[in-house]
Amino acid sequence: MSGPILYETDLWTLGVVLGLTLVTVVSRSFFFISSRAWQLPHWAQRGLQYAPIAALAAVVVPEIVTQQGELVRTWQDARLYAAAVGVAVYFWRRSVLLTIALGMAAYLPLHIGLGW
Amino acid sequence: MFWRPEIYRHDEFSQGLRDFAPQAAGVGAWGLMTGVAMMNSGLSLTESLAMALLVFAGSSQLASMPLILAGAPWWVILATGFCVNLRFVVFSLHLRSYLMHLPRWRRLLHGYFTADIGYVLFVKRHPKPAQDDAHRLGQEAYLMGGNVLNWGSWLGASVVGVLLSNFIPPEWGLGFAGILCLLGILCSLATSRMRGVSALVAGLVGVLAYSLPLKLNIVLAIAVAVAVCMMLESAPPASPSVSRESPR
Repeated sequence: MSGPILYETDLWTLGVVLGLTLVTVVSRSFFFISSRAWQLPHWAQRGLQYAPIAALAAVVVPEIVTQQGELVRTWQDARLYAAAVGVAVYFWRRSVLLTIALGMAAYLPLHIGLGW
Repeated sequence: MFWRPEIYRHDEFSQGLRDFAPQAAGVGAWGLMTGVAMMNSGLSLTESLAMALLVFAGSSQLASMPLILAGAPWWVILATGFCVNLRFVVFSLHLRSYLMHLPRWRRLLHGYFTADIGYVLFVKRHPKPAQDDAHRLGQEAYLMGGNVLNWGSWLGASVVGVLLSNFIPPEWGLGFAGILCLLGILCSLATSRMRGVSALVAGLVGVLAYSLPLKLNIVLAIAVAVAVCMMLESAPPASPSVSRESPR
């Protein structure tokens, strides 16, 4: 860690950080910023029950099976085994904490030890 | 809000804390690695801490870092952050009916603090918006309970990651714990066959459309999965007998 770089910043960067903070507020509040009353159509309410799991799958699955945007073409990838262990542990014990713990227990030796 | 006694003394507040506690480890590992990544990418200490404290959105932080360092125009950085956050826009549509009774500034604060896991746990425990004031308060307390812990574990771990960035090589891949955390929650949501279908379709589309810019693959995947599920849902149940006219 070199001294001058450590605390160095400028107004432009801090402005961008503040802008990104606003982006967080606006995106997370998008449909309830306005106080005007309107009713979500019934079909949309039905559809929304499928949205949370879809969002998680869309975030998680590519993080497990792709490498730099490409589908992994090798079985020597620690993430595949860790994810398989994680899913199995979840349905065995119904515990997210155990899923994380045992998933990482599978991941770290393969990843750090074998370089997978 | 959480500093109001009727919220933090509410049973649902502590329930929210308890339900979030197992996820805090995953959030923490994720925050830790984001902190390490920010410092390793070349942001200064001040900038990394400001990011962790204020922006409070791992994916948009990670996506904007290279753009900030490359000196991209500010509006490109903000637009990228917004697109990466588009899933939250979908969440806000869902949360709307739970929050509209509150004044705007409180809605915005709840919105700011409600990230992926807070949202998922909330709609899991409260599938329907409350119809009376007592239950509305309970739901608000539950949401805050989880979010307080989410914010605390994220921020604490991010600061630790920023400070330890010289000692934790990103090659260890500790950030994968965050993915495992989301994976566990995903499994916990798979309570019906149709939701399983939703996850499969979204995962598939998320991978196939991965090359889309600005993480638009996530938005496309949500849209396709929801549309497929609704089409399957409204299709007449497959029956072994002779085909009938659809009632619709």
